[in-house]
Amino acid sequence: MADKEMRAVYTDTLLELAASDDRIMVVEADLMRATGTGPFKEKYPERFVDVGVAEANMVGVSAGLSAAGKIPFAATFGCFASRRVFDQFFLSCAYARLNVKLVGTDPGVSAAFNGGTHMPFEDIALMRAVPDIVVCEPSDPVSLAACVKLLAAHPKSAYLRLHRKAVAPLYATDERFELGKGKVLREGSDALIIALGAIMVPEALKAAEALKAEGIDCCVIDPVWVKPLDGDLILSRAAKVRAVVTAENHQNSNGLGSAVAELLCEHHPMRLERVGVRGEFGEVGTQAWLQKRFGLDAESIAAAVKKALAG
Amino acid sequence: MEQETLRNLESQAREVRKYTIDTIAHLGVGHIGGACSVVEILTLLYFHEMRVRPADPHWRERDKLVLSKGHAGPALYSTLALKGFFPMDWLQTLNQGGTNLPSHCDRNKTPGIDMTTGSLGQGLSAACGLALANRIDRIDSSYIYAIIGDGETDEGQNWEAAMFAAHNRLSKLIAFTDYNKLQLDGTTEQILDLGDLEGKWRTFGWFVLRCDGHDIGALAAAIVSAKAQSGLPGAMPSMIIMDTIKGKGADFAEGLLTNHNMNVDRATADKAIAALYGEK
Repeated sequence: MADKEMRAVYTDTLLELAASDDRIMVVEADLMRATGTGPFKEKYPERFVDVGVAEANMVGVSAGLSAAGKIPFAATFGCFASRRVFDQFFLSCAYARLNVKLVGTDPGVSAAFNGGTHMPFEDIALMRAVPDIVVCEPSDPVSLAACVKLLAAHPKSAYLRLHRKAVAPLYATDERFELGKGKVLREGSDALIIALGAIMVPEALKAAEALKAEGIDCCVIDPVWVKPLDGDLILSRAAKVRAVVTAENHQNSNGLGSAVAELLCEHHPMRLERVGVRGEFGEVGTQAWLQKRFGLDAESIAAAVKKALAG
Repeated sequence: MEQETLRNLESQAREVRKYTIDTIAHLGVGHIGGACSVVEILTLLYFHEMRVRPADPHWRERDKLVLSKGHAGPALYSTLALKGFFPMDWLQTLNQGGTNLPSHCDRNKTPGIDMTTGSLGQGLSAACGLALANRIDRIDSSYIYAIIGDGETDEGQNWEAAMFAAHNRLSKLIAFTDYNKLQLDGTTEQILDLGDLEGKWRTFGWFVLRCDGHDIGALAAAIVSAKAQSGLPGAMPSMIIMDTIKGKGADFAEGLLTNHNMNVDRATADKAIAALYGEK
């Protein structure tokens, strides 16, 4: 299977769902061309809403649609979907126990040329703090399609962290996913790498491959869901290794790394290193340059594994 | 509106106000000002205008109300209880641990509450979503009502929703501004002047009316006009600006600059309730 634009997978999956479920709606805030939901608008003009550059209203209108039984998928850049409309999402959607799927695109360094103003390193941190919602960041086209379907079937609000660009598939097309369940991408006996999203999971696999050449055997888990986190799966593999490393395209506090730290501290205290942005704002650059700049690459993950194993 | 209907609604409003004051007094503290200023519109909506089924609060084709100024909950709870959505004795549980009647409206706790509100400025957007969903589902018989506060109007999200409702011709949306001229820190003129409020909504494309918010006959006439407009070609959403008095009818609070949220003791409340019924 060739690389596929994640945004095309997002829209195709919504089109597929919408064909048999007239509750599915798409809501945009003047970023349809970025999210790539134009085909949905063409096919279902009545179930497509563009509110203009008004993210707070986008979330509020989505809440109202949900209160009338619709299942709105509302998307904007992750920076706006999280920090700009946090209270609207918290209160009108989550607290109101409504069913709004908020989609934050261009996570972390994938915001690239839009730079620090548009580079969410804190969206997972914010969303993790909201009770009774689901937070996920699929890593490839197959897991993305599965997540969109699982979210549509889950009658609660959710935050989907969506990498828009083309990425290679990591999973076979018939791989089955469950809400709150992660995936073991390779087994290993020395260290466990838990990596999240379309940038960090492939980097973790690269790191594992490089470490293997040096005689270090790594297990790699793609948790897919940060909330709820698949604690059972992580603990089952953590028990077989000497150290754990997390890797996320996000600040290293209050996101995946913190979730894993909480889990391990409470259930299986052991050596942990967290790869992620360390208390810095984003900036402009190519994605590749930014990955180097913030240490979000295979080299940083491999170094973290060695450091963790060294005790 | 026929005189008899009007008299009945006025007497019903007195009951709603009585229970609103009583509910807040039972707790000892509450948002008396903004609750009392919306008593007439709530009474008119639930006892005359709105198609609702107290025994089936989730009836899909009902009319809906978003009380965006969620802190006026006690007035709406009194209205809903009198309408039969839940037992009257629930009113005594306002804000007690485990209650179904929290200070701010909660669609999951209280039968008859259509939208959770409390963070000001968010309700009109939700009302837009409800109106849009009705259009998509071809539920043409249903109106969506929203009540926003004048202080709440400071929130920018209202104006995002205002543009959205007009752009999408959400003509079945009828909103009200509780224009009591007071917000928490002072008068709206002192804190953030609303200027030409009618002109603002009109410029945003809405069908705008203004009336005395404590005159049920005038409110009813305004709603009749708004509904008639909603059936015309090119119809727009309606905004009815209600001139109201914060704390109206609660003699200890009415006209008081600081009546947004205040302590209310039993004796004071009883005296105010007696005054409502012309007793000394």
